[in-house]
Amino acid sequence: MISTYTAALLADIGILGLGALSVYVILSTGQLSLGNAAFMGIGAYASSVLTVSYGLPITLALVLAAVLTGLIGVVVGFPALRLKGIYLAMATLGFGEMVRSFFLNLPYTGGSAGFHGMTHVSVGYIWAWTAGLVLLVFLLESSRFWLKLRAVHDDEAAASLLGLDVTALKVGAFGVGAAIAAVAGGLFAHHHVYIEPGNFGFERSIELVIAVILGGSTVAPGALVGAAIVVLLPEHLRFLSQWRLAAFGTLLIVVLLTRRQGLLDRPLLRWLTPWARA
Amino acid sequence: MIIQQLVNGLTLGAAYTLVALAFSLVMGVLGILNLAVAELFMFGAYVGLTMLIAGYSIPVALLGAMLTAAVLSFAIEKIAYEPLRNSPLVTPMLSTVGVSIILQNVATNIWGSDPYQLPDEYLGQRIDLGLFAIGEMQLLVIGAAIVLVALLGFLVERTNIGRALRAVAENRDVARLLGVSATRLTLVAFLISGALAGAAGLLIALHYAAVTPYIGVETGLKAIAVMVVGGVTRIWGALLAGPLIGMAEVLTVAYGGAALRDFIVYGFMIVVLLVRPGGLLSQRGGAEGQRS
Repeated sequence: MISTYTAALLADIGILGLGALSVYVILSTGQLSLGNAAFMGIGAYASSVLTVSYGLPITLALVLAAVLTGLIGVVVGFPALRLKGIYLAMATLGFGEMVRSFFLNLPYTGGSAGFHGMTHVSVGYIWAWTAGLVLLVFLLESSRFWLKLRAVHDDEAAASLLGLDVTALKVGAFGVGAAIAAVAGGLFAHHHVYIEPGNFGFERSIELVIAVILGGSTVAPGALVGAAIVVLLPEHLRFLSQWRLAAFGTLLIVVLLTRRQGLLDRPLLRWLTPWARA
Repeated sequence: MIIQQLVNGLTLGAAYTLVALAFSLVMGVLGILNLAVAELFMFGAYVGLTMLIAGYSIPVALLGAMLTAAVLSFAIEKIAYEPLRNSPLVTPMLSTVGVSIILQNVATNIWGSDPYQLPDEYLGQRIDLGLFAIGEMQLLVIGAAIVLVALLGFLVERTNIGRALRAVAENRDVARLLGVSATRLTLVAFLISGALAGAAGLLIALHYAAVTPYIGVETGLKAIAVMVVGGVTRIWGALLAGPLIGMAEVLTVAYGGAALRDFIVYGFMIVVLLVRPGGLLSQRGGAEGQRS
């Protein structure tokens, strides 16, 4: 048996890992989103309403929330095509703030008072989702489909000249990323059994991006590694008491300066998994 | 009544304009979003307030806030930006997030997380002008913002450094080919950007009469919206966009319900990004938004 403390940390890592994975999928096509916490928020509210107000089982609610949010992601993905780099980052930031403001104004889900009444889910359930989705994306990475995504990431014009449907790939990545974020949000809601719009603001979006970049933005399991760092590091810096956040900020800068590709990259992953070498 | 709201919006807008200029100086020259600007703003507010409480006059406190934020901004450039200038744009942006986390933690430890109050003697009188009343502090905020923008205008439009800044903002590579020293300019851009953010911090503190360690993020995000609406690479757009967003904000609070405020501001920003990526004042179909 694991202690409640360990269980809480593990749950946080699983949820943050999924959120980071959602950023990773979108980033794989070269699109940086600073608004993925909004997709988490939509998934959290949608799944909570489905389980609390309509009495659906949690798994079904999560799947429905993921489909709904994925569709919203596609809708966001189309205008996103017009923007690149930092402009897209700023637009998604704006989208995130709009969604947070929307939930603040929605009396149906409690507005600023938040929404509660969800049934608590176990760590095992959270990790079943996390492991399943990370594995799925990881397997996808060795498929032709992922090669196409990387091609769009590396050189959009060249990919388009090769006959790849750049539009579908980029919009699709937004849809899939949004759906994954929705699952993360739904699990968050049913783990903490209380949500408020402030849970899904700009800071959360930034946290997801930090996890991806720290963990390694070139391989899917990097999202999990990054999530573990973001959750565990401040815990292990507790001896610094009130200065631990400053220490975390410093370490973040140090890692960015010394290992830009993040902790986990392909060579390290290959070294760690010798059995997978053909 | 509506004129009163517009005056309040103008005050808020003046501060937004300064922070937006702080963002757009770095953005225009380097193409990166320096998210630490938001916390430089917060730090400037605290340093300025501390100096006021210690008995210094407002102009001295303003200079102190600007100097502190400029020095911090210089350090950010050296530590968190310079070594990363050749990496993808997300990396230097996140290292400025690292700096933000540190600055917020330091501020919380020095000044505490409760609101830090402006001394009573600075609350000032309201001057009744018949149609509306304006607070002394409001006048001061607007006046100081005008002076600072005028100084920046002189620097950017009339000096060699300013010409070089504009050249780099217009086209980085060509400016470099023409012999503009990018390294020195980068430092100058960070210094001015920090000074503006620090000044805006103290001005907002005078306007709201209190500071918390968390004012940085909210004001910072609004300032990004102001920068976008004004046009990211055209510095003077912020002069129009700042008061515009400030007034839109105050008017939605007064007539549409406070909660709608952010929805309107950020919705407007996204529409501008999609329809006029070069800012409100740009020609239709400006190419800026397409730059990666």
